[in-house]
Amino acid sequence: MSTELFFVQLINGVQYGLLLFLIASGLSLVFGVMGILNLAHGSMYMVGAYLVWYFVGVTGSFAVSAMISAVIALGLGILIERLLIQRLYNRNHLDQVLLTIGMIFVFNALQSIIWGNDPYGVAVPQALSGSVPFTDNSSYPVYRIFAALICVTIAAALYFVVNKTRLGMLIRAGQSNREMVEALGVNIKTLYTIVFAIGVMLAAISGIIAAPMSSIVPGMGESVLITCFVVVVIGGMGSIKGAFVGALLVGIVSTFATVLMPTMSNMVIYILMILVLLVKPQGLFAK
Amino acid sequence: MSRIKMLASAVLATTLTAGVSASALAAAGDTIKVGLMLPFSGIYAQLGEAGRDGLKLALKEQASQLHGSKVEYIELDTEANPARAPELASAMLHKHKADFVIGPVHSGVAMGMSKILRGKDTIMIIPNAGSADATGPLCSPNVFRTSFSSWQPSYPMGKVALEKGYKKVYAISWNYGMGRESLDAFEESFTAGGGEIVEKVLLPFPSTNFQSHISNIAAKKPDAVFTFFAGGGAIEFVKDYDAMGLRGKIPLLGSGFLTEGTLLAQGEAAEGVVTGLHYAEQLDIPKNWEFREAFNTEYGHYPDIYAVQGYDAGQAIASAVNELKGDVSNKAAIISAMEKLTIDSPRGKFTFSKAHNPIQNIYLREVKDGVNVVQGIAAEALEDHARGCKL
Repeated sequence: MSTELFFVQLINGVQYGLLLFLIASGLSLVFGVMGILNLAHGSMYMVGAYLVWYFVGVTGSFAVSAMISAVIALGLGILIERLLIQRLYNRNHLDQVLLTIGMIFVFNALQSIIWGNDPYGVAVPQALSGSVPFTDNSSYPVYRIFAALICVTIAAALYFVVNKTRLGMLIRAGQSNREMVEALGVNIKTLYTIVFAIGVMLAAISGIIAAPMSSIVPGMGESVLITCFVVVVIGGMGSIKGAFVGALLVGIVSTFATVLMPTMSNMVIYILMILVLLVKPQGLFAK
Repeated sequence: MSRIKMLASAVLATTLTAGVSASALAAAGDTIKVGLMLPFSGIYAQLGEAGRDGLKLALKEQASQLHGSKVEYIELDTEANPARAPELASAMLHKHKADFVIGPVHSGVAMGMSKILRGKDTIMIIPNAGSADATGPLCSPNVFRTSFSSWQPSYPMGKVALEKGYKKVYAISWNYGMGRESLDAFEESFTAGGGEIVEKVLLPFPSTNFQSHISNIAAKKPDAVFTFFAGGGAIEFVKDYDAMGLRGKIPLLGSGFLTEGTLLAQGEAAEGVVTGLHYAEQLDIPKNWEFREAFNTEYGHYPDIYAVQGYDAGQAIASAVNELKGDVSNKAAIISAMEKLTIDSPRGKFTFSKAHNPIQNIYLREVKDGVNVVQGIAAEALEDHARGCKL
């Protein structure tokens, strides 16, 4: 591999890692910070992608469709938390697994009934459809740079909110001792609804952002779910910073693996996870 | 769709009344049991439905050829799950006693079905699964295929690449039967003519992390790229290839599934992609136009290649039953009748090879304005070698 190709692949890896962070950020918030195991997180990613595809067909505008889809996802998050998740806060993780696995099946069936099983694609919005020169015969699409910037912005905002604001403090306090926070007069019920809904919305936003770069197909949610868990586990539960570093690590390692040993590339991120857990059983940035 | 879900484990038998002629022979008026083993749920549901619709249209149109026999359909959902295939095939054979078993879409399921059905007292017609084994080592007198073998669409592309003056080609696909066999078929004719495969990449199925490979292609600077991807993977590969600026610089060739049912989603990114396939929706022969209109009238949308393959399975049944004046009790007679058939397919007329695979034209197509435009015939009456078949 030439030096130039090495840097090209490094950039590809960082870009993939940033997108992974965006998908994993909602999971990191809900699973890592709130301690709720939401296996249907991938389904929310799928819902975001299908919604934006549907609304682009109706409105013709990607920006408008993205906003409508994100708001619908937020509402869906509130609904799911109020109707289902809320009943499970005092139960163990196994019950949460059962419920959220069931949700995967429900969302897949709904997708099939509402939108059918054809593969779909969303065109890159006009304003971002250009590209910048990259190597002598390839170029880098502006949309991917834009997507990377969105990922960095959301990462920074999440880090700030969770670690530096009163809301973030309450969330973290609620995770360590729910009853105590309640006793101090905080409406933790509402707080958890909000945080869960934001987690769902983040998953949907990553689906929306990814839609023009990928294909919208049945089962697209499950394919990202496992990678997201790997990211959160490597980074360490409860740490947004960890998820960020974990995502970049997974992105870069899997990009190089897929080029250097394509047939085994799927295995490499799990080997990475095992190695990290051997050295740091709680993950890289666990509290 | 919800109706289809209900079929998951249940059996739906519908009857299609054929005109009973007064001069019906002894066997006439009997029931012909047609068993469908297709995916009606899951990722391949669309393909299963298209195949079924095509089949039913053919048997409805050609009801007069059945000599008064009625068709009874038995539909089992394979979910494209190979693990369920032997059990379902066994039910078709022993419980439902199907005269014809039509299926499957997925090559893995084909292996499971073939294990149970080959050599038995029923006729299996494969309306899609392209696995080389099905009409190769696993071939059997009672197994026919109305679709293609994985080798057929890709083999002529090696010659096409050489004719276009490409000497060095980068080949990439998924590491599973259809992917490996497609790249091998391309390599076979391409290297025989003096071409060189500069790199052959097999990605784990169904990984779509293509960007790094496309950077690799840009760095390697081959004369062209040959690929097999289908469905969502085909959409992403073609879009990534365009997004990284390689479209128009390094020509992209493929097995036809790269641009089949995916053009709308690929949009402009697919323009100029050159592929080989045994069908093209705009294929300019009268039978194709007739079929497309009839299908649209019946179902309210235009058919795809999977509907064509199902339709031809239906035509094969109708013509064979006609030869035997409606009597389907003697399976050996059906087999020898089917072997002699010339199917008037929307893809052009075809016959069956010794291994019961279609001997058919492979069309060279190029995407122009969102349509696979036929450029010519890449290989005429191409017959699969059926390696390992003793028929």
